[in-house]
Amino acid sequence: MVQHPEAQAPGPATDAVRHSHGPGIAGQQPVVHAHGPDEVPHTHPDPAVDPHEPLLHGPRALRVGIGGPVGSGKTALVAALCRALGTRLRLAVVTNDIYTTEDADFLLRNGVLPAERIRAVETGCCPHTAIRDDISANLDAVEDLESSLGPLDLVLVESGGDNLTATFSKGLIDRQIFVVDVAGGDKVPRKGGPGVTTADLLVINKTDLAPLVGADLSVMDRDARARRGELPTVFLSLTQDRAATPVADWIRTLVAGSQHATTG
Amino acid sequence: MSLTTLLVLADGRLPAGGHAHSGGLEAAVSSGRVRGMADLDGFLQGRLATAGVVTASFAAAACADPQRWRDLDAGLDARTPSPALRKASRAQGRALMRAGRILWPVPALDRPAAQRIAPHHPVVLGAVAHGAGLVPRDAAVAAAYGTLTGPATAGVRLLGLDPFGAHALLAGLAGACDRIADEAAARAGDPVDTLPAAGAPLLDIGAEQHATWEVRLFAS
Repeated sequence: MVQHPEAQAPGPATDAVRHSHGPGIAGQQPVVHAHGPDEVPHTHPDPAVDPHEPLLHGPRALRVGIGGPVGSGKTALVAALCRALGTRLRLAVVTNDIYTTEDADFLLRNGVLPAERIRAVETGCCPHTAIRDDISANLDAVEDLESSLGPLDLVLVESGGDNLTATFSKGLIDRQIFVVDVAGGDKVPRKGGPGVTTADLLVINKTDLAPLVGADLSVMDRDARARRGELPTVFLSLTQDRAATPVADWIRTLVAGSQHATTG
Repeated sequence: MSLTTLLVLADGRLPAGGHAHSGGLEAAVSSGRVRGMADLDGFLQGRLATAGVVTASFAAAACADPQRWRDLDAGLDARTPSPALRKASRAQGRALMRAGRILWPVPALDRPAAQRIAPHHPVVLGAVAHGAGLVPRDAAVAAAYGTLTGPATAGVRLLGLDPFGAHALLAGLAGACDRIADEAAARAGDPVDTLPAAGAPLLDIGAEQHATWEVRLFAS
């Protein structure tokens, strides 16, 4: 299959609308679509099928990646999920973000997660490399957490803030969440990119800011649907919903499903 | 030997964890010892003459006889006074062990992998090269060159240096890498105690300071 992430980068809206790289069209004929004048026409024989081997199933934690641009609220979402899920699930976090002792103290002070359940990974100034092209350090961190804490139900892997083309490798995570925020502009879902189009869950965060920044949530909703087909999108305001209820519910369902799959 | 196999092993895009290590350059940049291209040139030459020589020698020896991995591993511990650098070397060894054993059969690493022991990176590199059907000189040249690519690209990322200039430095050091690899291959069967033991105290000190930083962009 031809891979060309660059071609999915933000482009002119007219051209962008004709791209349909995301899932939701399984079983249909190979898709041929027009590209810009400087691109080679090509087909996507099976765009809904991931070419990577699935992770080995076994008695291990479900791994959920949380990615998205700088400032979209990934760390706040992780904190909210820890609050919502940490008492019922055996949970650990790997963060690829620049992580200070203040961050650790913040999580600790708020009773979100004890320090031994959080690992920080250095990414050598390339956050997308660490979650996609060379996942070694993240795999080591997940393995170390599982070996030091015992069996876990859920590991959240937070990416460093990056751009719309950054996604997690299927060799690292089982499912991924992409977080954007309304203050980044209501055009973001239309711009697409692999994060918006292929993430298993798209979170549009900071909806409370929409009237202040002139963002039209109905436009974001419409564009997200057009981009993502059947894949779910949720709107969130962590200032109003400190437990990130729709995201926590989505993860609870996943964990229940994966535990059923490995035990049944 | 297969030249293409050597390229696969030495490719900076091999997913073996190297991208997150600066080979001591982040500490050198922070302390003001490396500010521009000329400083980077000197840093790379110094690194090649010390870490490069030791790494190449141990990779060649491990490739010649991977069953010697325990002795070679202990020999590298003795040559690495900085605990932070030992940790960094073992972290990269662990990552290369994962990648290498997926790419090629490496029977010599089956036991350490099963026991979750991470040998030092040069030992793993030599054993993986052996498993890939390469010879000690191949392992040595990949090792010597590998000690340079990390800090060279880290210089581009940390200082915004011209990437063509940084790669020109690498091209300029190719002959030195070849000579080091020749020497390492010639001595691949030597006892561990007589293998090279060149050290760079400033890199050791820098690594120890770097490990205490609250925020760092590279793992070492």
